[in-house]
Amino acid sequence: MPSLGADMETGTLQEWLVAPGDTVTRGDVIAVVETDKSAVEIECFESGTVGRLLVAPGTRVPVGTPLALIEAAEAATAEAAETETAEATETETTEPAEPAAQLQAAAPAEQPAPPRPRKAGQATAPAPQPPVVHTEAGPLARHLADERGIDLATVHGSGPGGRITRADIERAAHGDGRRPRATPYARRLAAELRVDLGTVRGTGQDGAVRGTDVEKAAHPRTGPAPAAAVSPPAPAEVPPPAAGRTGTAGSSTAAMRRAIGDLMSRANREIPHYYLATTIDLSAALAWLRAHNRELPVGERMLPAALLLKAVATAAVEVPDLNGFWRDGGFVPGDGVHLGFVVSLRDGGLTVPVLHDVDSLAPEQVMSRLKDLVERARRGRLRGTEITGSTLTVSSLGDQGVEAVYGVIHPPQVALVGFGAAVERPWADHGMIGVRPVVTATLSADHRASDGAVGARFLNAVDRLLQKPENL
Amino acid sequence: MDETEARTVVEEALTRAVPGADLTGLAPDTPFRDALELDSLDFLSFVETLSERTGLRIDEEDYPRLTALHDATEFLVARAR
Repeated sequence: MPSLGADMETGTLQEWLVAPGDTVTRGDVIAVVETDKSAVEIECFESGTVGRLLVAPGTRVPVGTPLALIEAAEAATAEAAETETAEATETETTEPAEPAAQLQAAAPAEQPAPPRPRKAGQATAPAPQPPVVHTEAGPLARHLADERGIDLATVHGSGPGGRITRADIERAAHGDGRRPRATPYARRLAAELRVDLGTVRGTGQDGAVRGTDVEKAAHPRTGPAPAAAVSPPAPAEVPPPAAGRTGTAGSSTAAMRRAIGDLMSRANREIPHYYLATTIDLSAALAWLRAHNRELPVGERMLPAALLLKAVATAAVEVPDLNGFWRDGGFVPGDGVHLGFVVSLRDGGLTVPVLHDVDSLAPEQVMSRLKDLVERARRGRLRGTEITGSTLTVSSLGDQGVEAVYGVIHPPQVALVGFGAAVERPWADHGMIGVRPVVTATLSADHRASDGAVGARFLNAVDRLLQKPENL
Repeated sequence: MDETEARTVVEEALTRAVPGADLTGLAPDTPFRDALELDSLDFLSFVETLSERTGLRIDEEDYPRLTALHDATEFLVARAR
């Protein structure tokens, strides 16, 4: 279980996206983990073949818990090895020791577990489970399955060549009751209270488990008798749900508020903030953007945010004292400029996707990365690497119409940069008054790591850089 | 493109930019950027869809005409002529 944030202690394995026998390459998305803040796609750290899944969906485990065994590439099945020769060779050369050790534990021959964890009562129903490796399903079916929290591997495909059709998904969603139906709120609650949804009797529509059902089921556990905390799994029960993404509705919003509250309380408790602000003339930047965008199709046009982020990243290279972490009583500079960008979610709460190595990206690249990340942060799921590792956070509330943002630093970072709305203001320059578009840039910084003079140098650098947008 | 088609495209583009947006309560002259809480990225995606679906050129200078259902519909009809 990877750490997906400084404040994360545990995570709930929500869904496996691979099965034993699948070939995976470092960086592949293999599972979905739910944190207090959001559902996150977890990437594989190794290349090889999935040996055994160690954590069942619906289980909450501490950060650092092994989730699965990945066999080294050479242990892959013949056909997998053939198609993945390139990666296999690479793995052998770069990471010889550890995968080999894991290989012993997870060799297919001695692998005791069935392809997917199942409960006893269920094993009798569909006789021998076919080795579920690849499931034929179109994008629509996958999307529907994802929405309804259905594991495609458990759906019988009735289309040509066993392909899973929309009707199959609908059947699986409503039909045979093998998977617990539950509201997103109930899933969330079940995960929080560690209730196995499969053991809860649903009172909602079509027997769907509702939040109150989960609460009832959890009640003895929250009572004074801790002995009741471990109840044996009911025998004839359905497997734990491979819950679809629960989004941000219902009580996940409450959980997110709590998570934000905890982190921000810690920030205010531990970090002696100091705040600086400066007003920056944006005429040059906006004129440059207008000219740049004029000839471009809408999809390639750049927003001021891209220039602001790029200016911040370049300034952070010039003033490195603000880019990094406060750890064990000292400042540790970041290994690059990775900007967290605060995105507010429509249902409330926020998420902070990370733009990596912004200092080495062209503004156009910053723009396209930003669009992609924000869209996925709002509508879907981000990957683990896309929400971790930020060395400096930027919060831009310009779209909400406010002029300045005095943010709270995200520990263990040591600074947060805020931008308000670009507004027209009277502006005196060389003894003349004119009307200019301006933006208020603010800096919240950790006084343990830097002093006001450093912060001032940083904001002045941002200003200076935005006057020459063509050089960004 | 007639007005009905243009209106359909505008509504589709809004729904795509703001999934789950409730357009039924949106009056034709209500500024939707505020009503639907579109930020600049959402608005860009709205314009992108309009442009893709109609094949029309929409410049940044035209953005002020894309503020409400009625304006935006009229703009598309006029630009398509």
